[in-house]
Amino acid sequence: MKNNKKQIVEGSHAVAEVIKNCQVDVISAYPITPQTHIVEDLERMKAEGKADFEYIRADSEFAAASIVLGASATGVRTYTATCSQGLLLMTEVLFCIAGLRLPIVLTCANRAVSAPISIWNDQQDAVTLRDSGWLQLYGETNQEVVDLHILAYKLAESMMLPVMVNMDGFVLTHTYEPIEISKESVIKKYLPKYKPPQNTILDVNNPRSLGDFAAPDVYMEIRQELHEDVLSSKKQITKLAQELKKIFGRSIGDNGLFESYKLNDADIVLVAMGSVCGTIKEVIDNQRGKGQKVGLLKVISLRPFPDEEIVEALKKAKYIAVLDKSISMGSEGVLAIDLKRAAYTKLKAKIQSFIIGLGGRDVTEKMIIKIINSVKKQDNKIQFIGE
Amino acid sequence: MIEIRIHGRGGQGNVTLAELIAMAAFYDGEAAQAFPSFGVERKGAPVKAFVKIDNKFIRSREQIYQPDFIIIQDPSLVQAANPLEGAKKETIVLINSNKLASEVCPGYTGKVYCVPVLKIALEIIGKPIINTAMLGAFAQISDLIKIESAAKAIKDNLGEKYDQKIIDKNIKALKKSYKVTEK
Repeated sequence: MKNNKKQIVEGSHAVAEVIKNCQVDVISAYPITPQTHIVEDLERMKAEGKADFEYIRADSEFAAASIVLGASATGVRTYTATCSQGLLLMTEVLFCIAGLRLPIVLTCANRAVSAPISIWNDQQDAVTLRDSGWLQLYGETNQEVVDLHILAYKLAESMMLPVMVNMDGFVLTHTYEPIEISKESVIKKYLPKYKPPQNTILDVNNPRSLGDFAAPDVYMEIRQELHEDVLSSKKQITKLAQELKKIFGRSIGDNGLFESYKLNDADIVLVAMGSVCGTIKEVIDNQRGKGQKVGLLKVISLRPFPDEEIVEALKKAKYIAVLDKSISMGSEGVLAIDLKRAAYTKLKAKIQSFIIGLGGRDVTEKMIIKIINSVKKQDNKIQFIGE
Repeated sequence: MIEIRIHGRGGQGNVTLAELIAMAAFYDGEAAQAFPSFGVERKGAPVKAFVKIDNKFIRSREQIYQPDFIIIQDPSLVQAANPLEGAKKETIVLINSNKLASEVCPGYTGKVYCVPVLKIALEIIGKPIINTAMLGAFAQISDLIKIESAAKAIKDNLGEKYDQKIIDKNIKALKKSYKVTEK
């Protein structure tokens, strides 16, 4: 795109701006730590009369999630943002939202969880919610994060599933970098006004209940259907990423699900999510200059997990290092677990789990090189790379 | 790529200074990235902020360990927080001080400019808020950003929060500092 459309702003501000431009009807959030400038900016826009959404300041994240649940159930476009302890406090409601098939979009500014107390970045908060039925997308740059939000609304409303857009806390939320934020008039072409499916919303003139009692003879089928719809959203993500490219001229990975970077001839492939992928790309270019055939597979969609597509992209790799900014205690990194499951009987490559950047530890280029060198060794155990 | 590391104490506008440098570089047609060192925000605590400037989008999110420029907004940090760590032979250091470089960082052999930006800030803004005066000194010494771009950055960044009077004073401090700083 032409450079004159770009501006230099903070990641949080860019997200607030794009949410406003997505014509959201109801926003609710808890304004105190661990919150970001996203909702601060949205509140300011509302207070200054620059936006016409309803803004409801909640007294906890539990309440914020409950408020957007209620609002969404009446058939309007809704938004909330949180992270860390706030996301965990929402957990009960988030499972309900997915089960009720409400198309809510939530930004998680990924941060570590207590204890010990940390306000800094990792992805433990979001990955902990991977079994909830929410679709989970992760952005590498603020541009990608902003575009994912536009896609997220269309995805949520076409699949009747909630979408969590993830951006690394501080590393993206507090960073100023060049970005193009699409105007409301352009977004409208892609994202029309939300029209809920008939007879699915709470309406005083046509009373009904949502998410009521399901006895053992039906509960299981309802849960299976949710799972199958989460899986089939894969195709929709790819379709919506192609449409987004047509209207906005910007790509979201290869297909909205992942991005392959110099994978064609790579023996060693790093697999990761989020902002660290930028650092990895820089290292790959340097290492290739030294004759090392390294590539990256950047996972954008953790849920649904694109099994077949990722396995196909990795079929030439000999060594796969999976970098997680989270851990399933007593097991391995969450992305590593998913990749090993998808690769079972299909890939011959060695797959090893590496844990990086917990609680805001800076992930340096040196650490990435260390991982590239380690994955070629015989050892197969999970490794924590902290220096 | 040019890497700039800013050291100051919470409340001195260190993160804003990083943003202003990045914005000015962007207005000059460069790509830039600015981010804080993510400390717990409280007044008086040592704070770091980072700026990277390049002619293409900056992908790496690594913090800055071998800066080309080090800006120290509070001279007491030289002893307290080791801000010169990772300095290369050609690294240029700017310190808010009216003393001599040999007095502020004794034994350090690299290039150090002591710039009396506190004096300028008190004179023009009337408060010890030095980041915009430091921006002027940095523009003069580094030749990395145009002074007009720096003024536009101040207008755009502070415009959301402060009134025109405060913005004007900050731009005046910027220009005065740019003028009196000697390379």
